[in-house]
Amino acid sequence: MNTQSDAVRETAAGMPAVATANVTTTRPLYWSVRRELWENRSLIIAPVTVAVVILVGFLIAALRALSHLRQALVDPEHQRMAVQMPYDVAAALILVTAVITAAFYCLDALYGERRERSILFWKSLPVSDTTTVLSKISIPLVVLPLITFAIIVATHVVILVMGIVILPGGGFSAATMWAELPLFRMWIALLYALAVLALWHAPLYAWLLLVSGWVRKAAFLWAMLPPFAIAVLEKISFNTLYFRDFLKYRAFGWFPLAFMPQPDNAPPPADPLSTLTPGRFLSTPGVWLGLVVAAIFLAMAVRQRRYRGPL
Amino acid sequence: MACIEARGLRKAFGTTIALDGVDLRVDEGRILGLVGPNGAGKTTALNAVLGLTAYEGSLKVLGRDPWQERDQLMRDVCFVADVAVLPRWMRVSQALDYVTGVHPRLDRAKAEGFLAKTQIKRTSKVRELSKGMVAQLHLALIMAIDAKLLVLDEPTLGLDILFRKQFYDSLLNDYFDHSRTIVVTTNQVEEIQNVLTDLMFINHGRIALSCSMEEFELRYAEVMVKPEQAAAARALQPIQERQVFGRSILLYDGVDRQKLAALGEVRTPSIADLFVAVMGNNYPQ
Repeated sequence: MNTQSDAVRETAAGMPAVATANVTTTRPLYWSVRRELWENRSLIIAPVTVAVVILVGFLIAALRALSHLRQALVDPEHQRMAVQMPYDVAAALILVTAVITAAFYCLDALYGERRERSILFWKSLPVSDTTTVLSKISIPLVVLPLITFAIIVATHVVILVMGIVILPGGGFSAATMWAELPLFRMWIALLYALAVLALWHAPLYAWLLLVSGWVRKAAFLWAMLPPFAIAVLEKISFNTLYFRDFLKYRAFGWFPLAFMPQPDNAPPPADPLSTLTPGRFLSTPGVWLGLVVAAIFLAMAVRQRRYRGPL
Repeated sequence: MACIEARGLRKAFGTTIALDGVDLRVDEGRILGLVGPNGAGKTTALNAVLGLTAYEGSLKVLGRDPWQERDQLMRDVCFVADVAVLPRWMRVSQALDYVTGVHPRLDRAKAEGFLAKTQIKRTSKVRELSKGMVAQLHLALIMAIDAKLLVLDEPTLGLDILFRKQFYDSLLNDYFDHSRTIVVTTNQVEEIQNVLTDLMFINHGRIALSCSMEEFELRYAEVMVKPEQAAAARALQPIQERQVFGRSILLYDGVDRQKLAALGEVRTPSIADLFVAVMGNNYPQ
């Protein structure tokens, strides 16, 4: 990373060249992302805490109802669902935590530095506004999904170990459990889901980031109330709910697009990868329009940071 | 060779005119003190120089337009807006890592050397440090950066005498070489009098006075007159007169020192006295 080279200092037009200077190569985006992680320990602590709570909960539940659990596992009809359920529940809860953490992170990302006036320090360094905004949006779109994936995988491994240690007995063996648990495929499906969420929710995160860079206070209210007000206005004046439906679509619409619908009480399919529909997801114009809107919000956020100073 | 060159620099915030046609020129290797009352436009002028705010008129810093070419400019320019703006959550080691990773001209060994002279622990967070130590940390980082222009906007605000003295001593001894340019604004004009090479007064968005310190010493003179010489002294048209312990002290601009010597004890005025004399007529408004 740091290669020290004796180089002649750059000569701007007309400036005399000065003998030698140590000019090192820099990685502003990398360090800016690391800085975001240093500043926001909650990005890691929140999902890990939830994971630990889930694990403790499962442990206690399993120990309390061990015989019932073994019976349920032996029943062939519901075996697969019973085996996979703790993994899916853990993944879902940790995922929800990560999404909420990401949303609150975005709401504070460009606001905290203005409130603390540390923006004057950041601006005294040669890191462009574009790099800064990109480093911040990369947290909910790239970094946090990867962290979430790692935490979920670790949690799954612990559940697996717990399962192997506690469950066998009463006609149920670890081998049966492993047969009903396509763990690697589940993890691939999880990665797919994280990618889908990042793409689909990008405009929402970009909106929160923009609001955090714009307002003087109460960023949360400024982010939430305008859409709410528009929906209410529409309902009252036109008696329609298009805007609200649009918001719901934008929040939850990824699921039916990225995954094949499953009938309600059916057991989970043998191969989790068979439910993935990447083609359908990627060919939905909503995905791409959302990314364009996200890019517009980010460009506005960059411009705001250039023009605005501390609060 | 001009480090900063401004012509007709204007900036208005709504109806308030912060800068009203400022012309200034700062050559390389100078230490400029920008002195002015509160609201005079010092910070606005510096913000324009640092590319933090748009402006009208012509402004070139190190040959670049600061508003348009800010990203390249910030490689060669360093500034301290107020020593208290280091992020409070950051550890000293993280700050060092970050600035090293991001600034092409930071010499990490130098920064660590400066830090070693202080009591600052590497694992402390900025919020755990006293104000003076935060200033030391900020300064250690700044001085390790090989910048061509250093802008200090009230750098010693709120610091005690020891830190302030140390600040300017370090700046002069460890940092300043005659190719770097430093611009300082401060209300504590007395302590920078011996540090400066150039002086500028700014008031109501305009430059009220601009001279080098050598010119300053030649041009301005202060005489404590013996009471019997008072009338003769006034005839030479002082720019200001004040009473101290019952004796008159008169300030002259451009009057031959030999003439003044006959009237009493002649000495170079302090910047503060000249400031009050020059600004006094316009202030408050």
